[in-house]
Amino acid sequence: MVRDTLTGSRIRERRSIAGLRQADLARQVGISASYLNLIEHNRRRIGGKLLVDIAAVLEVEPSLLTDGAEAAMIAALREAAADLGNAGAEIDRVDEFAGRFPGWAGALTAAHRRTASLERTVEALSDRLTHDPHLAASLHEVLSTAAAIRSTAAILAENDEIEPEWRTRFHRNLNEDSLRLADSAKLLVDYLDDTEKATERRATPQEEVEAFFTGRHHHFDVLEHARLSPEQVVRGEPGLTTDAARSIATTVLEQYARDAAALPLAEMSAALSEWGLNPAALADRFDVALPMVLRRIAAMPEAALGTEVGLLVCDASGSIVFRKQVTGFALPRFGASCPLWPVFAALNRPHVPLRRTVAQVGRSVAHFDCFAVAQPRAAPGFDSDPLYLSTMLIVPVAQPAQTDVPEVGSTCRVCPRGHCDARREPSVLSEEF
Amino acid sequence: MSRKVLLIEDELNIIEAIRFLLSRDGWTVHTHANGADAVEEVIRVAPDLVVLDMMLPGRSGMDILRDLRAAPATSDLPVLMLTARGQSRDRDMAEKAGVNRFMTKPFSNSEVLETVRDLLAEARQE
Repeated sequence: MVRDTLTGSRIRERRSIAGLRQADLARQVGISASYLNLIEHNRRRIGGKLLVDIAAVLEVEPSLLTDGAEAAMIAALREAAADLGNAGAEIDRVDEFAGRFPGWAGALTAAHRRTASLERTVEALSDRLTHDPHLAASLHEVLSTAAAIRSTAAILAENDEIEPEWRTRFHRNLNEDSLRLADSAKLLVDYLDDTEKATERRATPQEEVEAFFTGRHHHFDVLEHARLSPEQVVRGEPGLTTDAARSIATTVLEQYARDAAALPLAEMSAALSEWGLNPAALADRFDVALPMVLRRIAAMPEAALGTEVGLLVCDASGSIVFRKQVTGFALPRFGASCPLWPVFAALNRPHVPLRRTVAQVGRSVAHFDCFAVAQPRAAPGFDSDPLYLSTMLIVPVAQPAQTDVPEVGSTCRVCPRGHCDARREPSVLSEEF
Repeated sequence: MSRKVLLIEDELNIIEAIRFLLSRDGWTVHTHANGADAVEEVIRVAPDLVVLDMMLPGRSGMDILRDLRAAPATSDLPVLMLTARGQSRDRDMAEKAGVNRFMTKPFSNSEVLETVRDLLAEARQE
């Protein structure tokens, strides 16, 4: 079917979009409704002044009703059908499809473009896995060491009669290779995590916000004295590239501004000098909720605290909605965090402040005092369940007072803890290899 | 009849394990850990069979294999290639370059033993 025989279908579609009845359009262009009906069903050819008049009433270019506007779409539909292979698309009726269902045709071509884009991304990632020299070298190291371990262990297991000298040598090799494997596997995991920082990768809105706050050391002097509004701070910030990121950042900064107004910098600094890092005493002193004190401490300049601190805020699903990194307390870039963190325990006991000293195990062991509390994010109502946010301040401690400090991890994938009841998946540092 | 194998591999503990396996199976095992002069070492040792790692310092196993196949003295020398890269295109490249067997790490000891025995048997039948 040639395209110019479908002008009627396009007129009908555009009339429908314009919300005009057939009789109304017919009257406006001076023809009968029955004649327009024949035109719309492609049983009468149309052109010249009548086409121009109908296009004017429908407020479109006449060419849109003939063939121009759909040429690209038809080509895209043909391409989509060709890429899908033998999927049963009626190629010979593509013009009719595009003319009668331009919305669906547009959706299909958009989906096809999206699929092609994703395929290119997959190809690029696959290519990188194949050709990234560092990744290739790391994988080679891991597999070569695994090969040495497998071969040596099999020799020891399958040969009863081995000279003591060989046996000693193989035991030593196994020990060396197991250490090497642990190191190389950890380096590989670190590398895979670090590559997510690559600048070419577009960050999620949450990551953009985190980078924005990190770049300002989580302290905004202009908000301390209300010299700028949160919207003004966010506006023009080049690191916040999406509306979603700007919206999240504005919301967090609005809370920052409220916190700063309730706990002014000078008073807060003085109280910290008097009470030290004692969130409960500070909440009592200023008569504010504990989460505000925890957030406010995390927003203080490091000089006023005398130590670096971190902050985590999670919702009831356990998703981290805000975080301030602190050295030594590893937060996973992706995937779920360690469920042993006090910030999650606080969700089980809303309104109850928890203080826990924990040891996070990883490449090394680091100790932290964690102050956590979960409270509703909004004032409670009778007809809705409260939505809780759990907030945790993380303060490094050089030497914990207690000896039996509970261990926590970062995320199961890279956690070396064995026999953990909270484990969701094997660690690549132990079982996987 | 003596059987001589040259193992070109830079992982010392893999060398020790394979040396143990093959020497117990009656092979005289020579080893070499550098790719740069591996072809000269093959010519010098004149082995019955070469076990060749794909990734070596100095020169890749694939380039070494191509040189071996290009030289009349080593064009028919049985070569077992070991690699941590198990992708099909690496295997295809190795086969096009004239490898006799291709084995990915980590391998099993019995697999290595059977393969080198088979390769020698095939070579002696020809």
